[in-house]
Amino acid sequence: MWDSEIRAMASAHAIIASSVFMATVVPAVLVENFSVYRTHLVWLYSVCGAVAAVNVAVFGLLGVSPPAKKHTLHHKVSRLVKSCLHFLLFLSCSSSAVVVLYGALFWSKSTLETFSLSVLLSTLTTLRCLCVLGPNVQAWIRVFSRDGAMSVWDTSLQITAGCSVVGAWLGAFPIPLDWDRPWQVWPISCTLGATVGFLTGLVAAPVWIHWHRKQLTYKSK
Amino acid sequence: MKRLPVLALLLWVCAVFYVGIFLFVGGFLLVRLEVNRSSTCEDVLLPDSGGDFCWREPRFRRAVVLIVDALKADFAQYDPGNMSPRPYENKLPVIEELVSSHPAHAGLFTFLADPPTTTMQRIKGFMTGSLPTFIDVGNNFASSAVLEDNLVHQLVQAGKHVVFMGDDTWENLFPKKFHRSLPFPSFNVKDLHTVDDGILQNIYPTLKGDDWDVLIAHFLGVDHCGHRYGPDHPAMAEKLTQMNGVIRSVIEHLQNDTLFVVMGDHGMTETGDHGGESQKETEAALFLYSQSPLFPGPRSQLKPEVVPQTDLVPTLALLLGIPIPYSSVGQILTPLFPLDGQTTSGPADLTQSEALWINAKQVNRFLETYSSMAKDISPESLSRLKADFTRLSAQYLSTVQQGRPPSPEVLRSMQGYLTSARETCRASWAKFNPLKMAAGLAVLAAACVLCFVLSELSAAVVSVDGVGLRAPAVVGLVGGASVAGLQAASLGHVDAAWCLAAAAFSSEVVFLWRVPGISSASRASQRLLRFPLLVLFLRCCSLLSDSYVIAEGRVVTYLLFSLCLYVPLRLNWEGFLAATTPPDAQKPPGALQPLALPAWVVRREGGVLLVCVGVLVGSLYLSLALHGCREEQGACQPSPFLSPLARVQDSRRRNLHYVLSVAALGAWTYLLYRWLCHYGNLNHAGAAVFAARWLLPLASMLTGLHWAASSTPEDRFRSLAELIALAQVVLPRGVFSLLGLGMLLLWLDPLTVFLKPRALAHTRGPSRPRPRYRASTGISPQAELHHLIPQLYQRIRHSLEDGVTKEGPEEGSRPAVEAYGLGTVYSAPLLLLYGLLGLGLLLLHPESMAPAFLLLLMEGGALLYLHATSTTLSSQQVTHLNSFTVPWAPVVLWSLAATQFFHATGHLPTFPSIQWSAAFVGFPQGHTGTTIPAMLVVLNTFTSHILFAVACPLLLFWPFVCEVKSGHGWRGGTEESEDVIMEMRLRENPQQFSSALLHLATRYLFVCGVQVFASVCAAAILRRHLMVWQVFAPKLMFEASGFLVSSAFVFVGVALVMRVDVAVSRLFKRLLPESSR
Repeated sequence: MWDSEIRAMASAHAIIASSVFMATVVPAVLVENFSVYRTHLVWLYSVCGAVAAVNVAVFGLLGVSPPAKKHTLHHKVSRLVKSCLHFLLFLSCSSSAVVVLYGALFWSKSTLETFSLSVLLSTLTTLRCLCVLGPNVQAWIRVFSRDGAMSVWDTSLQITAGCSVVGAWLGAFPIPLDWDRPWQVWPISCTLGATVGFLTGLVAAPVWIHWHRKQLTYKSK
Repeated sequence: MKRLPVLALLLWVCAVFYVGIFLFVGGFLLVRLEVNRSSTCEDVLLPDSGGDFCWREPRFRRAVVLIVDALKADFAQYDPGNMSPRPYENKLPVIEELVSSHPAHAGLFTFLADPPTTTMQRIKGFMTGSLPTFIDVGNNFASSAVLEDNLVHQLVQAGKHVVFMGDDTWENLFPKKFHRSLPFPSFNVKDLHTVDDGILQNIYPTLKGDDWDVLIAHFLGVDHCGHRYGPDHPAMAEKLTQMNGVIRSVIEHLQNDTLFVVMGDHGMTETGDHGGESQKETEAALFLYSQSPLFPGPRSQLKPEVVPQTDLVPTLALLLGIPIPYSSVGQILTPLFPLDGQTTSGPADLTQSEALWINAKQVNRFLETYSSMAKDISPESLSRLKADFTRLSAQYLSTVQQGRPPSPEVLRSMQGYLTSARETCRASWAKFNPLKMAAGLAVLAAACVLCFVLSELSAAVVSVDGVGLRAPAVVGLVGGASVAGLQAASLGHVDAAWCLAAAAFSSEVVFLWRVPGISSASRASQRLLRFPLLVLFLRCCSLLSDSYVIAEGRVVTYLLFSLCLYVPLRLNWEGFLAATTPPDAQKPPGALQPLALPAWVVRREGGVLLVCVGVLVGSLYLSLALHGCREEQGACQPSPFLSPLARVQDSRRRNLHYVLSVAALGAWTYLLYRWLCHYGNLNHAGAAVFAARWLLPLASMLTGLHWAASSTPEDRFRSLAELIALAQVVLPRGVFSLLGLGMLLLWLDPLTVFLKPRALAHTRGPSRPRPRYRASTGISPQAELHHLIPQLYQRIRHSLEDGVTKEGPEEGSRPAVEAYGLGTVYSAPLLLLYGLLGLGLLLLHPESMAPAFLLLLMEGGALLYLHATSTTLSSQQVTHLNSFTVPWAPVVLWSLAATQFFHATGHLPTFPSIQWSAAFVGFPQGHTGTTIPAMLVVLNTFTSHILFAVACPLLLFWPFVCEVKSGHGWRGGTEESEDVIMEMRLRENPQQFSSALLHLATRYLFVCGVQVFASVCAAAILRRHLMVWQVFAPKLMFEASGFLVSSAFVFVGVALVMRVDVAVSRLFKRLLPESSR
């Protein structure tokens, strides 16, 4: 059972990672003058869209999300609305955090870029939370503690979310340097850092879990 | 509690750091006094002429000086045999052509620059003839104008018209001196052409006109090309070829009475950088040319290969017929002057012997003046030089009086004298001392290790008798004395720096050597790789890059923010925030069984935590709007809050700022007052309470009035002008004296405890309310406070009496006295000192900075509460005794916050950004001495360092202050024994108290010291970096002085805690006999 779950996760992660790859390659073919640096926002939103769609599809198919108690339409709709509300809530939280953390200005001309970075961060972290845990903030808080993971998916969530955030954090480091590279422009290095971190997390999670499968024991809910 | 040993240890640690800084700075920064005297035409220099020599017809009436920045010696050479020249080779053929075709008219020399080889220092060097150092004491930091006597000054004095074009550094160095000046921006290193093209557009029309006597043109293209591409790049070839063309066409414009000088100010390394002292950087080219014969003698034998840069000044001065600048230590270029008997164009020309004599006499005069002002030239060499001069002046004068030309020996000895004088000055001004730098680095590194070890082992160290300081002290003294003895025996004099180094280093080594013996028992395995230390490491790394130092304000804010988000994240990761989770059964065996806090406490503390993080983040974010701008940050607007209100034109904005400032000031005072009131520290009628109740509000009121007076524009309220002027003197002085009085009173009587005898019968009632803090009730604060800490003294007495009388606990624990404010007896005076100091420092800033101070207070408070709640929450796992020691995260946060507010109060680590106006607060007419203004400026500059350092011990107290709220009732049903005793817990464990205080102070010093060490390393490693004198050296100075100030005020804070402890002991001693009677 362990191995099958890890294998499922590895393949799911491979699909998500390839979606990021496709989101970079496909617009390069379709859109004229596409470049990760110059038309950064196009790339960013294509990655966001791809990751979001693939995440929802994969986790929906795998049935990882907690099962709904009632299968009425009303319940499903309310669940969807709740999820959207949560996503928006965390989007605003993360965007204000991004604004403050990087010392960006609300009213400057890079507001859209700042906001886009937080959209990307929310997609990489919050959306996965929603997919795995459902709209349940208590569970989200629980997951990010040492003994909080209750399944392999929770552990992978910990790892990918942590890696994305750390990647975005590290992405700010080159900004002050005077190298005059195109990727040093705000917020390109941060979005690249977040994406690279996310991809690293996707790779690292199954490997780590496989490595530690002896030590990992999960309580049932 | 051990007071003196702890203070002695701290003092020793600080002293070791100081010695390290002193050593390094002594080897790195070259210091020289400026002599502010000028030569005049009346100086009698020639023995026979009697009058001044300005009236003599000069050999050249005009001069064109082309300075090609970074024209390396190699660039000017031409090797016809070189078939495949590199981009920088053989690009100036005109020089070689002229030198070979007209050997009497042209000469090429290697021009040897002195380090530091940066443009500004070099310009100063070849204009004053002296050896400029990084800090020319007496220099006006605020502007970089050259105040010493220099060629430009002398030329202007002589009525000559100096026209300048090119690098705008000159305009800053010689403001308002030039007859005409066309400066072009020099800052952008990437721009190769703006300056050069600007010169080329203007130089030929100027040459054709005749409103100039001396034309100076400074080309920057070659230097910028080196910085951008390095010398080995086609762009360099292009640039040098352009220069070749310039030289050629300028020569075409020259007339017979014009001297033409082409020179580089310094060289460049293989990578195109400069600033250091390698041969590639110091060797520049010098080319002299004139249409009339320039070199009277035969060229081949006379040509000096290498000419020190200082030598240009006396040569140019004498050729142009002006006095040699006063502080020049250069020597004339002898080949340019005719020997006696050689005929030149004019009979009145100075001969070689006359010129050398004038030169020697001027250098001797300068040395006499300088040695009377400063002692940094060694007396032996000075007296030797003096003897030399006396001897050769006697020889020279005797030959001249006999009417004979001086013999070649006299000329040689005059040259020898000038050379050795220059070398003597150079040895003391213009060389890094690598040995001293290395020694300083070693001492500092050892000091950092020492500080770290001391903080980790504070408990063990304090428990050792005499804190183990005796052996290091003895060894240090012996080491210092032995080095002094050795020096006295071998050299004949004692160099204090090396004695101190030996003392510091030997004492450090002895202490560290003894550490394994001290620590054998208590060494806990500590993981070093923790996030707070990682942040500290990143901060230190950031000091090694110029971009990060330039963006320091933002970098520190970013790190601070990261660390403050880390705290709640870690708490959540450890599971302390999820109260509902039951204790995990599957913990590894051997772990402590965690004490479970009740869910409501966890929830409330979690809320407080979130609020703290919110306040912290908010104040961090707002504080970003208060930063100033360095000149390196191109598109940066300094904060509008930085300018004094009197300079704000828009009256609505001025009023808004004023109201904002006064509101911030009021909030500052109110918050402090409120806090003291809250914890019952204002009931007593003592001196400290008087300071809090009356002096603090009064001082802030006067400050507000002072701002009103100082922010009125000068042209309005003419009728009140006298009153306003009076107010500007009286009000700030009044505030200063009030605050000084407050601090004095605080030191004399720091207790804020109100004692009230209590009827026994009253307390015996079983329904005595438990001490509980209720913040918002309708009861007046006074009445509320009666309930706050009534039982404190009971607990103390209980513990004290336990050993003496064997009374039953029921009888003994009845309180006989109530003590209000005992729970915050340590933190209240500290906070009050903080408030008083902050108010005084605020007065030294521009009025609009008051919001920054409020933010500082709020951020400090948020950090303290963050620390307190995280301590409470993690107490679920850690036993309570360990919580005396302060973990790394708050200490690193505290120190980063100090740096962050250094920037948020409008300061920058550069000399031009020092707020000199602080020296005139309360002294609008200026000062007579230099001590008071220097002190005021230092206080102003290091405000945030001072405030955070003084308040550092609060980190230890705050978890105890907040203990009330965490409510220890959950611990068990034993009502009596679990009273809230707050800071008295510290007093009950004097040993742990002193060790925790030592622990905290050494940790804070470590965090500051490591940053100093990092900036010292940056200066040492990058001493050849382009930005070393613009970025790293000033940063080092600010970091080092910040450490000095911080450590002094940490010491003040700890000393105040000790003082309170003495007072509390005395209080108990007074009370005990009474109550046990």
